[in-house]
Amino acid sequence: MSYQPIKFYQTGTFTVGNRLLPPEQRSVQAQVKRYNSINSGHRACQGCGEALGARYAIDAAMEATNGRVICANATGCLEVFSTPYPETSWQVPWLHSLFGNTAAVATGIAAALKVKMHKGERRHIRVVAQGGDGGTTDIGFGCLSGMFERNDDVLYICYDNNGYMNTGVQRSSATPPAARTTTTPAAGPEPGNPFGQGKFVPAIAMAHEIPYVATATVADLRDLEAKVRRAMEFHGARYLHILVPCPLGWGTQPNETIKMARLAKETGLFPVFEAEYGEQKSALAIRHPLPVEEYLKPQKRFAHLFAPKLRTEAIARLQALADRNIRKYKLLEGM
Amino acid sequence: MLKQCEGSRAVAEAVALCRPEVVCAYPISPQTHIVEALGEMVKAGTLSPCEFINVESEFAAMSVAIGASAAGARSYTATASQGLLFMAEAVFNASGLGLPIVMTVANRAIGAPINIWNDHSDALAMRDAGWIQLFAENNQEALDLHIQAFRLGEELSLPVMVCMDGFILTHAYERVDMPTQEQVDAYLPKYEPRQVLDPAEPVSIGAMVGPEAFMEVRYLAHAKQMEALKLIPAYAAEFCSIFGRDSGGLTHTYRCEDAETIVVAMGSVLGTIKDVVDEMRAQGHKIGALGITLFRPFPLEGVRAGLAGAKRVVVIEKSMAVGLGGILSTNVRMALSGLHMHGYTVIAGLGGRAITKKSLTELFLKAEKDTLEHVTFLDLDWAMVNKQLEREKAHRRCGPVAENLLRDIGVVAARNY
Ligand SMILES: Cc1ncc(C[n+]2csc(CCOP(=O)(O)OP(=O)(O)O)c2C)c(N)n1
Ligand code: SF4
Repeated sequence: MSYQPIKFYQTGTFTVGNRLLPPEQRSVQAQVKRYNSINSGHRACQGCGEALGARYAIDAAMEATNGRVICANATGCLEVFSTPYPETSWQVPWLHSLFGNTAAVATGIAAALKVKMHKGERRHIRVVAQGGDGGTTDIGFGCLSGMFERNDDVLYICYDNNGYMNTGVQRSSATPPAARTTTTPAAGPEPGNPFGQGKFVPAIAMAHEIPYVATATVADLRDLEAKVRRAMEFHGARYLHILVPCPLGWGTQPNETIKMARLAKETGLFPVFEAEYGEQKSALAIRHPLPVEEYLKPQKRFAHLFAPKLRTEAIARLQALADRNIRKYKLLEGM
Repeated sequence: MLKQCEGSRAVAEAVALCRPEVVCAYPISPQTHIVEALGEMVKAGTLSPCEFINVESEFAAMSVAIGASAAGARSYTATASQGLLFMAEAVFNASGLGLPIVMTVANRAIGAPINIWNDHSDALAMRDAGWIQLFAENNQEALDLHIQAFRLGEELSLPVMVCMDGFILTHAYERVDMPTQEQVDAYLPKYEPRQVLDPAEPVSIGAMVGPEAFMEVRYLAHAKQMEALKLIPAYAAEFCSIFGRDSGGLTHTYRCEDAETIVVAMGSVLGTIKDVVDEMRAQGHKIGALGITLFRPFPLEGVRAGLAGAKRVVVIEKSMAVGLGGILSTNVRMALSGLHMHGYTVIAGLGGRAITKKSLTELFLKAEKDTLEHVTFLDLDWAMVNKQLEREKAHRRCGPVAENLLRDIGVVAARNY
């Protein structure tokens, strides 16, 4: 089917999936022929950022490769909500093995494809691995680092919802300080997750000097798609870390997912940038700098910072983390 | 072609003749020489096309094999001991996904205390992982079993573990008959995966399954193993017709005709046992041996038939079901149910303790008189054990066991308790 122009009455370039833009600039999802890699009917919660992020990311990877993608998936929400046997939402070849081995499984797939290509038994196929922040920053981190170090030809996508959501909202090493989870309850003199800098895997990925590292959020889906497309231009290990708010775990409304992702970026708490071979190349500029309270207040997981008493010190420490990100990743200039 | 070489080298060359497409491994003694040799062949281009992946752990090694196998590549890895346990989660996963990965286990004890020498604790700890498990008696058999393992695994879509005694076989120089590439190609067809990750025909592999079908999935895993019981002898026979020697199969008997006492064992210790059987036969004792090549699926009927005429069975095993006795003998006893005979479990050779002809002869003579305990620890130093037991009674904090025992026998400088 060829591209069908659809007439819309909205104006501006960023409305309705950018259908008013010239075709080559349109988002993947705006195209009639989008891939539908994860089709409807899966069991994600309403407003799940992970479902949204995965759909955009995998469709973009499919577009960039003419539909020649194999996916490996870690245990976690994405796996469980998309493949309750005998149903599957995946329209791509997809393999789930374990919680902590996805990067290595993807390495194996890539190695097999390389040999098969060499033998002329298969055409060029690309590999995408995906996992939640738990499967990526904690249990799967050894395999991930190994894959980076060997520079295996895999794009690894981490869907960061700041916790172990599939097992009922427990803390991960990507859970922000002061956030309440079921294993870091809002109790005691310093309620919530202990303060620290957390484990920010994009920076660790950069330290491996792999060809491409980027972060994105589901608030900027065009940017997310562009990063997947860019990642597919490289061969070797690539890492994309996408912030995907989780209404269930964060205690937000399903219709606030995009807003939360945008606030994470606009406060500087989640820096959105790109790096190549270990060096930062660009950052998505903060358009309306906001204090961290704007992000924290609507979320029940931070409620204990505002009531019964205002915890100004904790909020100030979070603000300091955001300010450091703004400096470190040059988020105001948007380099 | 006959050649004199190290067991590890023989296995590596046999694996190479099977044309693996992805080999990955993490080093652990006594497996290292096998993967070093394969790594060298890939690097030098004599094994090509093949990807050799240097991974960061055994867990990753099995995971790489899982990915490669699911993408349609013939995949191989090797490990032992702590390595096998470190990859355990992925070992179960590989069989659950029905991936015909072949893995050598260079059998070694499991710590603590850390010990690099041979026993079967590692492979037997994986007995319920859903893999086919073959045990080699000597290096020729180890080599041959690898070739059969690929054939078998790929036909059944099940992973296969080829177990060979660490050091005793892996590091021993023996004469082996190395097959030619033509022979192996004639025996082993191209890997045609049952399910493959392919954009032209997308499938989801590894979906979540609830109570409505999980039991059935597990039953089918069992049924496939039962199928292996028929396939293995057939493949061993075909192997014999191409390569000209008997190798593999389920079990094999040695001088069991009219035997009243039959000794059951797996792996290299069978060589010593056969020598003892010969000597005792020469003196008129009615004794024979039953070697078990296939441990999983366990050949209940073959074992039962092999032992049916005996009065007593002595299982010599290099592993232990702590709190019960023996692992192999528990399996053998299942085969014996209903047969009225004496069964003895002998735990021997743990952590590389030598199993001598002298000890075996004394043991078998005792067994013939039925004066053996039902569970015996061969050549256990009771003085050492009792001293430690007393020490523990006397002082609650008497120090770590292994270190105390070493001090008692003077391996570690004395510090008295
Ligand atoms: C070895 C192992 N330990 C624990 C689990 C249980 N488990 C399954 S998913 C999960 C958390 C997943 O969290 P994350 O990776 O962040 O993904 P999310 O569900 O949040 O998308 C855990 C702990 C497991 N499957 N395997
Ligand atoms: S718990 Fe969170 S991540 Fe999981 S499906 Fe629901 S919204 Fe998505």
